[in-house]
Amino acid sequence: MTQLAEAAGMPLATCYKRLDRLQAQGVLRGQHHTINWSELGYGVEVSLRLTLDKTAPRAFDEFLAAARLVPEVTEIQTFLGRVDVRLAVIARSMTHYQEIYRDRILSLPHIADIEALMQIATIKHQQTVPL
Amino acid sequence: MSLDLDATDRAILRALQADATLKASALGRRLGLSQPATWRRIKRLTEAGVIGTRRLDLDLEALGFGVTVFLGVKLALKGRVSLEDFERAVVAIPEVQTVEHVLGLYDYRLRVVARDLPDFERVLRRRIMTLPGVGQVEANVLLSEERRPGPLG
Repeated sequence: MTQLAEAAGMPLATCYKRLDRLQAQGVLRGQHHTINWSELGYGVEVSLRLTLDKTAPRAFDEFLAAARLVPEVTEIQTFLGRVDVRLAVIARSMTHYQEIYRDRILSLPHIADIEALMQIATIKHQQTVPL
Repeated sequence: MSLDLDATDRAILRALQADATLKASALGRRLGLSQPATWRRIKRLTEAGVIGTRRLDLDLEALGFGVTVFLGVKLALKGRVSLEDFERAVVAIPEVQTVEHVLGLYDYRLRVVARDLPDFERVLRRRIMTLPGVGQVEANVLLSEERRPGPLG
């Protein structure tokens, strides 16, 4: 906090007040830790981009509810575009990935199409916005 | 070699994934552990590199960034343009939050923030489409996003 106040060029008390205000306004919701899954033996990460069968009335809700039950799914995003949903899936090995894909992913409801992107490297990962 | 985790370690990881501001004392009370015992476990997990970066949960919309778009980028003329040139240029774009090198239909996956759709169009035209070696680009506008705890059962 002292470092933050110094970096922002303001007294410590002001810095606390500002942070409290950002929290009260809902801009700053909280903080979370990420987990380095590779350190736990999960060396494979795959992005599955799915198109759903939208003719089924509750396709999105039913798909999302079922996807939440797959433990290896670490992120669920929904989109407007060619892709409807993206799942981030982690696995211990390609063999393990194949098992998850066959047994847990392909059995999810209302899938029309799936494309996979395999994660090779993260070049940049930051949360800043150009304010 | 990966670390062996017991049920308590997994509970600690789950808790810190949800709230990084939890102190060892509060976390210990929740798990029925003493403060020093909790602290030792957190220290072990941190030293093993399992506990990663601390991230802010920001309401981007409240900050005026109402649009997040994921771009799938395919490089044109592979071999003629170096990946380094593309990467150096793309990481310098302030609106680009993440750059992932992927294998499959696209070469890179980018997360881009913008104030609104016209602002996104500006970023796309002036910054993305002018990147060295950029080929086909696919855009998907983010509607919702949730983090899941992962296999910490």
